[in-house]
Amino acid sequence: MHYLPLTENDREEMRKSLGIRATDELFQCITSTGCRFPAAGLPEALSEPELIARFREFAARNTYPDHLSFLGGGAYDHFIPEVVNSLSGKAEFLTPYTPYQPEVSQGSLMAMFEYQTMMTQLTGLDVANSSLYDGGTAAAEGLLLIVRKTGVNRVLVAETLHPEYLEILRTYVRNLGIELVTVGWDRSNGRVDESDLQAKLATPAAGFLFQSPNFLGVVETAQPLCEKVHAAKGHAVMVVAEAMSLALLTPPGACGIDLVVGEAQSFGMPLSFGGPTLGFMALKEEFLRQMPGRVVGQTHDVDGRRGYVLTLSTREQHIKREKATSNICSNEAWCALRAGIYLAALGRQGLRDVAGQCHQNAAYFVDRLEKMPRVQVLFARGFYNEVVISLPGMTSDALLTRLRSHKILAGIPLKWFHPEMTGEILVAFTEMHKTSDIDRLVSALGELA
Amino acid sequence: MNRPLPEPIFLSSRPGKVGSAPPKSARPDQPLRLDAGLVRDDIAGFPEVSEVELVRHYTALSHLNYSVDEGLYPLGSCTMKYNPKINEKVAAFDGFNCHPYAPLDTVQGNLAVIHALQEYLVRLTGMAGFTMTPAAGAHGEFTGMLTLRRALERRGNPRKVVLIPDSAHGTNPASAHFAGYEVKTISSGPAGTLELETVRANLNEDVAALMMTNPNTLGVFETDIVRIAELLHQNGSLLYMDGANFNALIGVVRPGDLGVDVLHLNLHKTFATPHGGGGPGSGPVGVAEELLPCLPLPRVEEAQGTFGAHFHDEASIGRVKDYYGQFLVIVRALAYLYALGRENIRLVAEDAVLNANYLRQKLEPILELPYKSPSLHEVVFSDHGLPVKTLDIAKRLLDYGYHPCTIYFPLIVHGALMIEPTETESRETLDAFVAVMEKIVREARENPALLTEAPHDTPVRRLDETAAARKPVLQWTAGDQSH
Repeated sequence: MHYLPLTENDREEMRKSLGIRATDELFQCITSTGCRFPAAGLPEALSEPELIARFREFAARNTYPDHLSFLGGGAYDHFIPEVVNSLSGKAEFLTPYTPYQPEVSQGSLMAMFEYQTMMTQLTGLDVANSSLYDGGTAAAEGLLLIVRKTGVNRVLVAETLHPEYLEILRTYVRNLGIELVTVGWDRSNGRVDESDLQAKLATPAAGFLFQSPNFLGVVETAQPLCEKVHAAKGHAVMVVAEAMSLALLTPPGACGIDLVVGEAQSFGMPLSFGGPTLGFMALKEEFLRQMPGRVVGQTHDVDGRRGYVLTLSTREQHIKREKATSNICSNEAWCALRAGIYLAALGRQGLRDVAGQCHQNAAYFVDRLEKMPRVQVLFARGFYNEVVISLPGMTSDALLTRLRSHKILAGIPLKWFHPEMTGEILVAFTEMHKTSDIDRLVSALGELA
Repeated sequence: MNRPLPEPIFLSSRPGKVGSAPPKSARPDQPLRLDAGLVRDDIAGFPEVSEVELVRHYTALSHLNYSVDEGLYPLGSCTMKYNPKINEKVAAFDGFNCHPYAPLDTVQGNLAVIHALQEYLVRLTGMAGFTMTPAAGAHGEFTGMLTLRRALERRGNPRKVVLIPDSAHGTNPASAHFAGYEVKTISSGPAGTLELETVRANLNEDVAALMMTNPNTLGVFETDIVRIAELLHQNGSLLYMDGANFNALIGVVRPGDLGVDVLHLNLHKTFATPHGGGGPGSGPVGVAEELLPCLPLPRVEEAQGTFGAHFHDEASIGRVKDYYGQFLVIVRALAYLYALGRENIRLVAEDAVLNANYLRQKLEPILELPYKSPSLHEVVFSDHGLPVKTLDIAKRLLDYGYHPCTIYFPLIVHGALMIEPTETESRETLDAFVAVMEKIVREARENPALLTEAPHDTPVRRLDETAAARKPVLQWTAGDQSH
């Protein structure tokens, strides 16, 4: 077996050296339990060409790539420059462990430090950590953080949060005695219902988690929300499921947000069926000691040279055990490396251009639909790159099936998450869509309308 | 070669430079449908570099990293085995790059991959079923503890306490805590294993479970595990097994046969997926029959050759991660299993254990071995009796071109040096490592300063971690003179 370098002769000599006749003798502690391993049902070894063929067969069973897709909802198909694949694919980045020995890990550490820097520049907050698993668990970590910080076991959550994130929050808080209270949305503009928020802040709360752009695609006006939450002595947590929006929209830090958490898959990660992706967290300095996850700091060596280390580890499980800020250990370091390369490659202007294109493509779609009165656009202003549409009288199932006959996956049916939204679908745009793609969707809709 | 750190990328930034050619805007003149107050006009400080400068920056960074591809990486309990190249190739197939909300009939290949690994893990472990969604080992622990708690709830009482041996990894108590349990630490015995009597003495009606790593963090098999499981079950408690060290057991014994109720595995350890400098990992969780309905959502299932997924189940703990988990890590792990095949699976454990025992025998004359119990895939020495500390030995190893072993863990060993060679190291590599360790121990006695001042030949030398934590500098700022 080519992954195993010991030869039969090596094994024989090593056994001789150990004074045993069979390697099985080393497993006596196990065999004494009387249990034996049945190898039945395991696959036969494949040669390399067979392995490639097997995985080509798996991949070929997916017909998704044959479609024109407008699926979003927290996972987006963005352009990935080849330098991202090429550089992140270097074994020096791919095959080390967590940088516990900083003297031989400055590459990973400095890359994380630069990634942290770019995330603070994008969010307008003081500090960013080096990664969390994904958007949903990052939201959960953000929620737990404000509960720890305030000691208040009641948290307000916007109903327009990504529904999977909300499910994850419920899983995380279930056994911790934390109450989740949902805040509704304004049917006129798709934003958080401020009067509902105000009413629910009358009872003490650790804070308020809301998503922007929210799951209906709408950008929230964060500042008045923050003011209300702060006036009630709570913390404002903004969840971002499409990190690309940060490059176009007013940075959360400038709106008074205390904590931003979310999903940065858009920064150089392929869709890859939703994993691995990249959870992120950025926050005001006052929350630093409560932050979960790894963070890289700059320091100097004994000769006074600049260097980087994992720092503030007294928050973490290997020191604090059950009193740690989180149980997280391995995170998504390599995805953060990719994000750093991606952000630097796109750069100050390029990233804003791409973020703008995503919005403009969505805006063009809405323009075209305005000439088609039968297609309803739920919120024709104030969105980022996603819009909710419906054809009154037609279920989303019927709508999507008809569009699939044109090889178009037009959107996510919102009834999956909100049963009352029987006809609505969420349609997402990125810079990858050409005008002709959007026109194709519009004309397919036109046939139905 | 001793290479200097590059300057932060922000310093080579110049207005107007670009490092990529993204798609041209389809609608450059399309007016925004956003109020002006919601839009930013700049990302101050953001880098502007050309593609070649970007490539050189990250290439320079790559030269500062030690990696498995460079050499022996004997980090105990981390199973830093070789990551096969072919796995990267298949994971990059365009056909796998599907949207997680694609209709299920358009992603049959991806669901088939998840289902195949899920089924093979069942056969490798003897558990009744697996969830592939947890993102990493600790996330698997958390998921496993939630699943266990839900099963006890369904019996009528989730109970309050989880017993965890003092040799456990820090994630164990943290995971149990976030699942709502109180943690009670129990002592391992003089042989380094958990004794039946200790478990018995700590059992009462409040005990939900025992969380046990097996082989434990000393690399020793918990020989009483079957009887411990029986004891727990008689008490209405469950047995959680941390499978971080499953590399020692693969193809040798199935945890399900030992009485384990919940097990997590680390695909980035036993199943050879690259660790990426700290993730992404993947931490699938297997459970016994009774706990199956409690596993998280979604659940991938097969019926007559068609794959589906369940998104709703009242008995389930709910969702723990976005979408379907770390899909591309699952692809790599499945490729690894296919490459090994049933012919070679047991050989993985055999060679891993043979290598560890070989190192143990060669190093025992020069380092103190605090626990003499038979070792499986790793061995733990102590710095006791040496004129230097464990940290000094670790740093001196860097000078000789090795990544050090795990140090100061487990906590029950004074100045622990925890060595796990894995099965992917040759005998020549092990012999060379032993020769270096012998040399270092000699140096420790003859010229300890060589160790206490080590490393000498790395890109940077020992770093001031206290200063880093006292006045944290966590991002680059334009005015910082230290750059």
